[in-house]
Amino acid sequence: MDYFLQQLINGITLGSIYGLIAIGYTMVYGIIGMINFAHGEVFMVGSFIALITILSLFALGITSVPVALVFALVVAMSVTAVWGWTIERVAYRPLRGSFRLAPLITAIGISITLQNFVQISQGARSKPLPPLIRGGYILSEHDGFAVSLSYAQILIIVTTVILMAGFSFLIGKTPLGRAQRACEQDRKMAALCGVNVDRTISLTFVIGAALAAVAGLMFLVYYGVIDFFVGFVAGIKAFTAAVLGGIGSLPGAMLGGLVIGLIEVFWAGYFTSQYKDVAAFSILAIVLIFLPSGLLGRPEVEKV
Amino acid sequence: MAETAVDAPEPLLSTGAMRDAAITFGLCLILTVSLVGLKTDNLGEGQGITITTHLVTAVILAASVTAVRFLLGVLIWRNTAHGQSLASVIPGFVSLGRTLAIVFFLAGAVLAARSGLRTELIAKAAEVYPLFGNLVDLLTFGAMATFFIFLAMAAVHFVRITTAGTAKGKSGASKISSASGFISGLGHEFPVALLLVALILPILVLGPQQRYAIDTATQILIYVMLGWGLNVVVGLAGLLDLGYVAFYAVGAYSYALLATQLGWSFWVCLPLAGLFSALWGITLGFPVLRLRGDYLAIVTLAFGEIVRIILQNWQSLTGGPNGISSIPRLSFFGLTFARSGDNTFSDYFGIEFDPIHRVVFLYYVILLLALATNFVTLRLRRLPIGRAWEALREDEIACRSLGINTVTTKLSAFAIGAMFGGFAGSFFASRQGFISPESFTFQESALVLAIVVLGGLGSQIGVVVAAVALVGSAERFRELQEYRMLIFGLAMVLIMIWRPRGLMSGRTPSAVLHEARTVSSEFVQQGRG
Repeated sequence: MDYFLQQLINGITLGSIYGLIAIGYTMVYGIIGMINFAHGEVFMVGSFIALITILSLFALGITSVPVALVFALVVAMSVTAVWGWTIERVAYRPLRGSFRLAPLITAIGISITLQNFVQISQGARSKPLPPLIRGGYILSEHDGFAVSLSYAQILIIVTTVILMAGFSFLIGKTPLGRAQRACEQDRKMAALCGVNVDRTISLTFVIGAALAAVAGLMFLVYYGVIDFFVGFVAGIKAFTAAVLGGIGSLPGAMLGGLVIGLIEVFWAGYFTSQYKDVAAFSILAIVLIFLPSGLLGRPEVEKV
Repeated sequence: MAETAVDAPEPLLSTGAMRDAAITFGLCLILTVSLVGLKTDNLGEGQGITITTHLVTAVILAASVTAVRFLLGVLIWRNTAHGQSLASVIPGFVSLGRTLAIVFFLAGAVLAARSGLRTELIAKAAEVYPLFGNLVDLLTFGAMATFFIFLAMAAVHFVRITTAGTAKGKSGASKISSASGFISGLGHEFPVALLLVALILPILVLGPQQRYAIDTATQILIYVMLGWGLNVVVGLAGLLDLGYVAFYAVGAYSYALLATQLGWSFWVCLPLAGLFSALWGITLGFPVLRLRGDYLAIVTLAFGEIVRIILQNWQSLTGGPNGISSIPRLSFFGLTFARSGDNTFSDYFGIEFDPIHRVVFLYYVILLLALATNFVTLRLRRLPIGRAWEALREDEIACRSLGINTVTTKLSAFAIGAMFGGFAGSFFASRQGFISPESFTFQESALVLAIVVLGGLGSQIGVVVAAVALVGSAERFRELQEYRMLIFGLAMVLIMIWRPRGLMSGRTPSAVLHEARTVSSEFVQQGRG
């Protein structure tokens, strides 16, 4: 039971990170119907920028951890948002209205470019960061096995919940969210009604990138080590999460992220860690076979 | 087109252009300072990392990107933005390609006439700056290739003209020998000429670089074959498959295991490997039948990853990350390409041993396999099943309402595509002599898909051109190491923006009522993928 509880906590933490990345995928898919393959790489860039910011602050003599974290969060979110905007402007906007596979190929191209860009500019070796947040609560202790909830995990889960709440408000109540939902339903009609479609799409990318940067910072804090390749696996998992939850649905992305995180952690905890990715992908395939539009997605009605 | 000409010319350095440049510079500065200007350096084992500043590099990078954008904006975009095409703005832009081809042709002729000239030029350029050597190498190679392909095209054209009288009435091909002549007919002769050059390639590249050139060509042909195989799935049937490398892996491991465990020969294992891959294609295809578009893409990607992870972890069968080594090499009807021993190729034919024999033999084997793939695909396109694939690509609902069985159509596309992938895989295994899961990552799938899409979906010759461009240039710039992949990624983006429908984007319907007409990409409505 204790073991189960511990795995549950770990799974929810991991799932929160996946969920935040998955929102970027699902939003972009909802609004322009393309797989933003480079999103995993944007996450990686975000975590690198967070790492660089924290290290720069330490080098400047600011050693207070909360200040460093908040500063890193702000810097990583804003700079990664610029990256997201630039990627959309350079690689996707010229191809809007082109055939379906074209932006997918540029996305793969951007993904390869970013990976190698970071590899060249930051070096190929993995970057360890000494643990910033130590300690935590011991929830229960039996027979020498302690269930612990570390402060880092609390931080991750709380931040995710806050961001999700803020984000739901953004989509549900603000003019920007309205414009976004309008573009999602019918881009041409939205444009006729005076919605600036290009700007809305750009903002979607900006928001997605900012959330990915938050996930990047959390990944860095939780695991304490990153390299230029983390984006690929995390990106695929997050995309799996988005599809699992029903692509285009925001609560679905979060739910999918949690499910993928839990499956991965439980599989690794109870069976073998070698095949944890196989488990996650198999669940994806099985869910899609029986529920082709994901857990919370609307079934697509095809018009002739 | 009538209204476009009256725009008053803007001043070259308008405030708009300046503002645009300033914004670009600011943006680039944010992007470069964040990742280039501040560099994390590892201090050594277990000692953490430190940060160093490279601000000058970052500023230079940002400035150069801005400069390129500014020049493009002033010289090209400013003029083309008002609906004028590039051709009407820059006189001679249309003929630029033709001029370039002629220059390349003449240069190639000179290079071909004086055999030592090329190496001399490369060495001289490399003395100035190492990168220039590569560039000259690539350019001279391009020139020679142009020369030989043009020569072959001319030869094919000549043969067509002289046999036109006898062939008249038999085929439509004789029509192109009319006065409109050479240039317009080239489109038809390009594939044949390419084939001719491919057939005599080992003779064309005699010299110190022969082995390297043939190895590169073999590498390219493996990707051509993979591209043709994937083209069946993506280009013809319109099923987006991001896990194609799984079938390549299945083929490679089938051959490696059968050959090392049972000692069967390549030619016995080849059909078996193809069969296994096809079975895998059906097995993986079956669950995803109901999925469409992007769901299909992600599930195939997941399958590709699952296959790789299983190969990596099933130690007892696949050797795990260490892979399988000492896979038997291909033999020529039982004659091996060894220096000594029984039944060697060189002994049997009474010629001196030369490692190049094996390289050339492998080249012809993959050429044969690739041509077989192409031939089978072209014939399949004329069969009902091939037409069903294309119909499925255009409209699945219409397909179903016309009584096409979409299940068998999709599964057959998966199976045939997978089979070709399996053939390529077993050839790869026997050529390398060693395989490991590292050769079958998602990057490979992405590369093959890029070849198919950049070449132009469904275009067989486009796959060849894209494979030569991508794999060939990646091979030439091997010394640049990680910069190579960076350039590769950027090239993918730029080519796609430049030509969203691929390099060879004509779509020839395989079933026609009266006469076949190639629909150029300009006339195919965008968005009808």
